[in-house]
Amino acid sequence: MTYTTQKNRVLIGKAGLDGHDRGAKVIARALRDHGFEVIYTGIRRTPEEIAAAAIQEDVAAIGLSSLSGAHLRLFPAVVEALRRAGAGDIRVLGGGVIPAEDIPLLQEAGIIEIFTPGTPLERIIAAFTEACASHRSGRSL
Amino acid sequence: MSKHPRQSDWEENTLNKSLARCPERQPQFSHHGGSETPRLALPAEIDDHYLDTLNFPGSYPYTRGVQPTMYRGRLWTMRQYAGFSTAAESNRRYCYLLQQGTTGLSVAFDLPTQIGYDSDDPMAMGEVGKVGVAIDSLADMEILFDQIPLNKVSTSMTINAPAAVLLAMYVAVAEKQGVPAAKIQGTIQNDILKEYVARGTYIFPPRPSLRLITDIFQWCTAQTPNFNTISISGYHIREAGATAAQEIAFTLANGCAYVQAAIDAGLDVDVFARRLSFFFNASSDLLEEVAKFRAARRLWAKIMKERFAAKHPASLMLRFHTQTAGSSLTAQQIDNNIVRVTLQALAAVLGGTQSLHTNSRDEALGLPTEDSVRTALRTQQIIAHESGVADTVDPLAGSYFIEAATDRIEAEAGALIGRIDQAGGVIACIEDGFIQRQIENSAYAFQCQVESGERIVVGVNRFQTDEEVGPPLLRLDPAVEEEQVTRLQAVRATRDQAAVDATLSQLREAAGGSANLMPLILEAVKAYTTLGEICRVLRDIFGEHRDKGYL
Repeated sequence: MTYTTQKNRVLIGKAGLDGHDRGAKVIARALRDHGFEVIYTGIRRTPEEIAAAAIQEDVAAIGLSSLSGAHLRLFPAVVEALRRAGAGDIRVLGGGVIPAEDIPLLQEAGIIEIFTPGTPLERIIAAFTEACASHRSGRSL
Repeated sequence: MSKHPRQSDWEENTLNKSLARCPERQPQFSHHGGSETPRLALPAEIDDHYLDTLNFPGSYPYTRGVQPTMYRGRLWTMRQYAGFSTAAESNRRYCYLLQQGTTGLSVAFDLPTQIGYDSDDPMAMGEVGKVGVAIDSLADMEILFDQIPLNKVSTSMTINAPAAVLLAMYVAVAEKQGVPAAKIQGTIQNDILKEYVARGTYIFPPRPSLRLITDIFQWCTAQTPNFNTISISGYHIREAGATAAQEIAFTLANGCAYVQAAIDAGLDVDVFARRLSFFFNASSDLLEEVAKFRAARRLWAKIMKERFAAKHPASLMLRFHTQTAGSSLTAQQIDNNIVRVTLQALAAVLGGTQSLHTNSRDEALGLPTEDSVRTALRTQQIIAHESGVADTVDPLAGSYFIEAATDRIEAEAGALIGRIDQAGGVIACIEDGFIQRQIENSAYAFQCQVESGERIVVGVNRFQTDEEVGPPLLRLDPAVEEEQVTRLQAVRATRDQAAVDATLSQLREAAGGSANLMPLILEAVKAYTTLGEICRVLRDIFGEHRDKGYL
């Protein structure tokens, strides 16, 4: 069991070539306003860069955003990169323009929750709070 | 009351000339029952204030429009942005759109193409053919425009960092069809500055990017005189969360940077400025949007005249394309989006747009299906042919509300441009994140209002229903990436590799100097050098930009 930090620390990541980060930034700001420590990667990061940043920043959870349709390739690649680096305990959540039928596939690949357009911020903040709590308590996924 | 001499002068010198050149669509425009629709409604008395701030359409400062008769002469171009999967698939969609009455093409490229990666580049993983069509080499471009006569159709290409390469491919395809470069019509977006603050498809740092842009201005002036060399875009800035006034301010500030760069490169403003075009967003806030378009025209005309000493009327006119606001579409109750798009399209037409893309109802969920694209196009056709708003020029002029809002947006945007100038210009403001933070603050404030219920979004935070079964979505064939890579490798295997290597080494040498790169890029694409190969050489010489992730 690893105790990381008292404060909830999360990373918001934009994987792939998609430049739409309005949603990612709004969520980063909202989490910050709710007491989280938030690191935002900026756009156009590879899955490996996101995993490395998350490990270096010692975060409990990652929120991934994709609006370009590449989520089925990119989100699982982040989970894989974390596992390869021995950081499979970092929780991964995601959101964007994601068809309903893709959600179970992403969950199977280890993304614990997917948020689609119109999701209230309150729900997203609650999910990150829960992800950080479960990370702290070392519950396995 | 006698006619104001300026009105007689306008009728004689502006209106009649325009009517002689381009007659109106109908001999007469009338309402049901026969009452005539006036071409141009005017105040009871024309005074100096009217002449200074509004004036007649087609006259400085162009508040009432850039053409004297506007849509009575010619309707706006109905230009639907489309492209996905492979060149062959996209070609099929273009042929469908043309058959349905669309009057201009608008090409969406996939992200690897927009960022200068070939489809087999590791960076392209998962993105090939997703948000647009994948173009690796001239071979793909030949398929994309197969059976589409490039001397007749005007084509807009949403391409920025590698705009020179795609323009060169377009010119090469036209030549193969027997159409000389001088005859092609269309627009390349080619607006790199907004990519750093919104949208994100930059490759190189700002300064070498500006050099590529001025190379294009210069080359096109001589070679493709009917092609718009840039579409200075507020659309994406607005989508990223900016307000109406910020959209205008940041767009026109970017415009100033391009004009200054071209002047600094030795170009004559009255030669290149007429090929500048703009691209704005239309949101659902109907009246503010109409005022925004009018304010933008007036502000740009003043900037070109006063700041850049442009003299020719064509240099002062802000001509623009509009797209309805993608970010306003909801994934809930998607048919409501048709109504949103109607309001937005109406705002664009009442604001005097030159061309228009209407979004499809299902775009909050994925790429639009053919059925929803058709409804989006029909929305424009209904506004054009049934609503009557196209039968008279600038119909909302003189409304106390509209004129006050036009004045306010012009003042707010002008003040913001002044702030940017004082802070060292737009590039300095991009580099230190000032513009990004301004946009992000507006985006966050908007979202907080939605979350608190202060701002109502129908179907999302009010008037929700239990969702019905999901609508049919366009699904891309997952084999597209593999297919595209196979085709790319076949091109590499069959081309004359020595010719490719020669064009690349010439390009490398020229990129390090100051020669215009367009002729070399054209030679390279004709030898089937790929987009990724050309951009790799330029990456080596110019370096790459990296987002700092301002929060």
